[in-house]
Amino acid sequence: MILIKNAQIVNSIHDKNEKADILIVDDKIEKIGINIEENPDNMIIIDASGKYVMPSFTDIHCHLREPGFEYKEDIKSGSRAALAGGFTTICCMPNTNPPIDNRAMIAYIKYRAKEVSPIEVLPVGAITKGLSGEELAEIGFMKEEGAIAISDDGKCVMNANIMRNALLYSKDFSIPVISHCEDSNLSEGGQINLGYVSTITGLRGIPREAESIIVARDILLAKETKAHLHITHVSTKESVRLIKIAKEWGVNVTADTCPHYISLTEEEVLGFNTNAKVNPPLRTQEDVEALIEGLKEGVIDCISTDHAPHHKDEKNVEFNLAASGTIGFETAFSVLFTYLVEKNGFDIGKIVELLHHNPRKIIGLSPNVIKEGKKANLVIVDLKKKWEVKEDNIVSKSKNSVFLGKLLTSYVETVIYNGKILKKDGVLNC
Amino acid sequence: MKHLLGLRELSKEDIIKILNLAKDMKTILKSETKKTPHLQGYSVVTLFYENSTRTRTSFELAAKFMSANTTSISVQTSSVQKGESLLDTVKTLEALKTDVLIVRHSVSGVPHFIAKNCSFSVINAGDGMNEHPTQALLDMFTIRERLGTIERLKIAIIGDILHSRVARSNIWGLSKFDNQITVFGPQTLIPPYIENFAYVASSLEEAVSGKDVVIDLRIQLERQKRGFITSKQEYYKFYGLNEDIMRYISGSTLIMHPGPVNRGVEISSEVMQLPNSTIDEQVTNGIAVRMAVLYLCTRKEGIYR
Ligand SMILES: [Zn+2]
Repeated sequence: MILIKNAQIVNSIHDKNEKADILIVDDKIEKIGINIEENPDNMIIIDASGKYVMPSFTDIHCHLREPGFEYKEDIKSGSRAALAGGFTTICCMPNTNPPIDNRAMIAYIKYRAKEVSPIEVLPVGAITKGLSGEELAEIGFMKEEGAIAISDDGKCVMNANIMRNALLYSKDFSIPVISHCEDSNLSEGGQINLGYVSTITGLRGIPREAESIIVARDILLAKETKAHLHITHVSTKESVRLIKIAKEWGVNVTADTCPHYISLTEEEVLGFNTNAKVNPPLRTQEDVEALIEGLKEGVIDCISTDHAPHHKDEKNVEFNLAASGTIGFETAFSVLFTYLVEKNGFDIGKIVELLHHNPRKIIGLSPNVIKEGKKANLVIVDLKKKWEVKEDNIVSKSKNSVFLGKLLTSYVETVIYNGKILKKDGVLNC
Repeated sequence: MKHLLGLRELSKEDIIKILNLAKDMKTILKSETKKTPHLQGYSVVTLFYENSTRTRTSFELAAKFMSANTTSISVQTSSVQKGESLLDTVKTLEALKTDVLIVRHSVSGVPHFIAKNCSFSVINAGDGMNEHPTQALLDMFTIRERLGTIERLKIAIIGDILHSRVARSNIWGLSKFDNQITVFGPQTLIPPYIENFAYVASSLEEAVSGKDVVIDLRIQLERQKRGFITSKQEYYKFYGLNEDIMRYISGSTLIMHPGPVNRGVEISSEVMQLPNSTIDEQVTNGIAVRMAVLYLCTRKEGIYR
């Protein structure tokens, strides 16, 4: 039995935050009330005075790198990193080696996760065999085996006819198609956003239209096919605008953006910092503002981390050879709190929607809020704590965080999953 | 001054220091012995990942005139083909007791990357589309020698601004001295936001008219395949310094080019031979400027403290 005392409970933007004690018995929340009786003999008592308790988070876009790139991350290390950041359900992308493009690979991920992961790992299957963009993967079999979505993430399905068929076919299996929008002819050779910083540094630029052109294309295809299109890691203001129009049209489209796109700009690249090399690239202040506005209005539905671990040797190289991506699990909540709540006046309940309700809805999972009778999946956060992101405090195998050296406010202190305390007072317990 | 990575970070005072010293170095170049002991005992290595006989030779001569031990690493025959990373190469050069590394690379930021990972001095001899600081310094030196000043001038830079490290270094360097900078070239070769740093002319005539200096840039003919330019002939007609455009350029306007020149593409042979063309002089001045930079990079009392 676990008793959380004096918790400020945040379930969503619609519920009133209440202050109460939470009693957890086995894997469920048994009781929520004022002054639940303490019984030190058979209870772990957690004093949450001054802290907030919220449903644990779900990430619909991350990279665990297993199989094939275990030196960057594996299912175990990635899950622990996710857990450290308050995530207890994560969806891993299929660009592994071999890629997750068939039933056996889905089964493999599920099996490995069951063996080594303390949290829930849900695989995303590929749209096309071998992520080649040419021939549809066996979407039905993958869904049957447990795939929750399909995506060729890391690459764009450049053939519009294949994308159209993927959308049509996915409908029979009620599975969302997660689109990595990037016109590879426009982005070819590009390292960073095409703009002020690319002109200053002489690094080759990627025009923003490389993203928004495909966003527009896929929206039109989704409009026609009436399939569920999910646009991931949105980075430009034009994309936000297009998604807004699509929603007004009634297109079945959802979208996410990542913590780094709502907080940082291309200027992070000045000084040739390869940790700031991500794909899509960091954009401008105007884009950051448009994305924040999009989140506010619900045009962008949720936040994903796009946790993309890379080994030091893949980042400490010439800029063009550096791998794209930043890790993201462990900083996600704190970045959202710092940049959305503190700097932009978001309600904390909105953050819970961005990290819990909405991502779950997109992949067809019901919310798991803090209510009596629900599974005890929750986090306890200190919203006042300030901390600096340093390599030493990163749990992930790779340390390539674009937030290294940044000062963030708020910290996920404790994580309880299915009634088990997996992180307590900042220390992992798994 | 530990490194010379670019002119964007370099202060006005530092630039003047280099130019003044280069003036002294030029007198050494004119002497019969052409030898000073300034770099005696220093090991200077040139590491060129791109071919450039002229820049490499200029650096090597500069180092030799100052009595340094020079080594040039030819990349084709060395590590790259054996799968050694640049970081490995840097560590090897460190173990070989390199004092100064002069590096050219096709990727922007490589000299910065090396400087972050080594203990020796790094001189940028051209990195990707980023900077070519010694070229800009020699251009500034040449301008100052000919016009007596590098301040408050009207300067046009013509051609491939997008890919040109020479253009960038010149813009960063010259902007520190109150100069009015105008750029012009095909729209495909004008980078975004350049208007924050230079006036973008709408025609070649406008770009060159009334200027004190016209810096013409080299065009990479491969750009045609990627859709940046259409043909040599068309480029010459609309963007080249040909006889037609000379009507807009006064006899006192300096005509500069970093070389090597594509004759009849960027500039005509006739224009190159005009008395106000400084193309050959720039080459000589390049050695003097590089001697100054090498000298400052090996002194403890440097520009970068
Ligand atoms: Zn991704």
